[in-house]
Amino acid sequence: MALLTIKNLTVRFATSTGSFTAVDGVDISVDKGEVLAIVGESGSGKSVSMLAVMGLLPDTATITADEMRYDGQDLLHLSPAERRRIIGREITMIFQEPVASLNPSFTAGFQIEEVLRINLGLDRRAARARALELFQAVGIPEPERRLKSYPHQMSGGQCQRVMIAIAIASNPRLLIADEPTTALDVTIQKQILDLLMELQDRYGMALILITHDMGVVAETADRVVVQYKGRKMEEADVLSLFDAPQHPYTRALLSALPENATGGRLPTVSDFMAAEAAR
Amino acid sequence: MTIVLEGRGITQDYHVREGFLGGSRTVRAVKGVDFRVERGQTLAIVGESGSGKSTLARIIALIDPQSGGTLKIEGQEIDISRQRVTHELRSKVQMVFQNPYGSLNPRQKVGDVLMEPLLLNTRLSSAARRDRAEAMLQKVGLAPEHFNRYPHMFSGGQRQRIAIARALMLNPALLVLDEPVSALDLSVQAQVLNLLGDIQDEFNLTYVFISHDLSVVRHIADQVMVLSKGEAVEQGPREALFADPQHAYTRQLFAATPVVSVDAIRARIARRQEARALRSA
Repeated sequence: MALLTIKNLTVRFATSTGSFTAVDGVDISVDKGEVLAIVGESGSGKSVSMLAVMGLLPDTATITADEMRYDGQDLLHLSPAERRRIIGREITMIFQEPVASLNPSFTAGFQIEEVLRINLGLDRRAARARALELFQAVGIPEPERRLKSYPHQMSGGQCQRVMIAIAIASNPRLLIADEPTTALDVTIQKQILDLLMELQDRYGMALILITHDMGVVAETADRVVVQYKGRKMEEADVLSLFDAPQHPYTRALLSALPENATGGRLPTVSDFMAAEAAR
Repeated sequence: MTIVLEGRGITQDYHVREGFLGGSRTVRAVKGVDFRVERGQTLAIVGESGSGKSTLARIIALIDPQSGGTLKIEGQEIDISRQRVTHELRSKVQMVFQNPYGSLNPRQKVGDVLMEPLLLNTRLSSAARRDRAEAMLQKVGLAPEHFNRYPHMFSGGQRQRIAIARALMLNPALLVLDEPVSALDLSVQAQVLNLLGDIQDEFNLTYVFISHDLSVVRHIADQVMVLSKGEAVEQGPREALFADPQHAYTRQLFAATPVVSVDAIRARIARRQEARALRSA
């Protein structure tokens, strides 16, 4: 059953040179407990559509959709108070730059306890105890000490674990991860992806993973949406997508992977689109 | 075969001041690495953040002096802490950086970016400088009308082409490429890797290619060096290293790299379903 349904979402930005359409008529839905990957290159609108759901776009953005529904509730026509009950609690999000996502002036413990006190109404002592549990759940070594650490005292991988701990603090039913491992080394990337998959499985959360990395898609997703220049090119379960990609753009992306190269040259997306047009 | 680049026991120490009252400690970022690269070949240096790969790149590119060891370029021993980098030496080694948004001066037109190395290092006339810059623009896949534009008018891939063109202006023997495609989209990455392959063949260039991405390294390298915490834990021809990695760290890197194969995906889905069935049983 669909947890989040978006139909015909369009996001336009007012710029000095006129209106720019970042997302153009995209349908996305994610089921309970499902891992959906949204894959695309820069400018594909993959982040913008999710920021629209979260209400994190600036005032210059105009959002229109036929439908934007979370668990039966219409996200387009909620009062701010009703929105706050969903966004940040039932739907949470983590971002690409973990070090920049945390406030440098406060300890990691303060930042997670703030969420626990405001969103869950825990008192100080209960919040501290729960924060410790959450830090243990996301595999932060020496969790007591880390509660007192500032973001600059931790590595990028540890900061991302803190972000994940904050994001799962309210037992969300949908976690949106926007390029969560792009700033991290491959060995750390593996740890973070393994952690996200384990938490997703343990809590039965739905997970939307926004990424440009086909490797990350292959290692995590159940279903995949491929976006290009604000439009959805293809949607398929992960096996069909890699086994028999239907859209020329998906085929182009997969063949541009260095590991799929045959001989010295890599086919580029423009070569591919030209060859397709000539056919 | 001529050896273009050779290093023996290269080390780099940084002195880190500790605390308010002085006192310092020495951090050895590169701990004695050896390498040799033949003309026309590519040495890829692989490692994670903090491995010392960019420190080593800066030594090879004659930006920073090494703390110890000998560095030879085209047979000539070089230690820039003791000798000036002559115009001739500077012409031999050029560098391309990771971030094409940061490595080009936003106030400098593309034509001036390309002509500056000639102005500083050669005695060519301004007309000759201009001719060479225009020719180089075409070589890297840009158009003559781009000559008078500013960097902000270009995409990331185009900017990296400009940075590559600048590095080629002095006809170097050796190009040090520090994560040149890491900031680029997949499709643009493919174009830039193709360009690097083409100009390597055309000018018989030698590359030192710094990367954290094993799939890119496997595509472009002849020789591979795996750096971890300043030490070259493993080194060898690409085929051998990828077929049979010896060092535990290399294996760990390989294991962490996502695999894009239908069989791997099938196996992962099967594992997931099995785990779910086990729990509901």
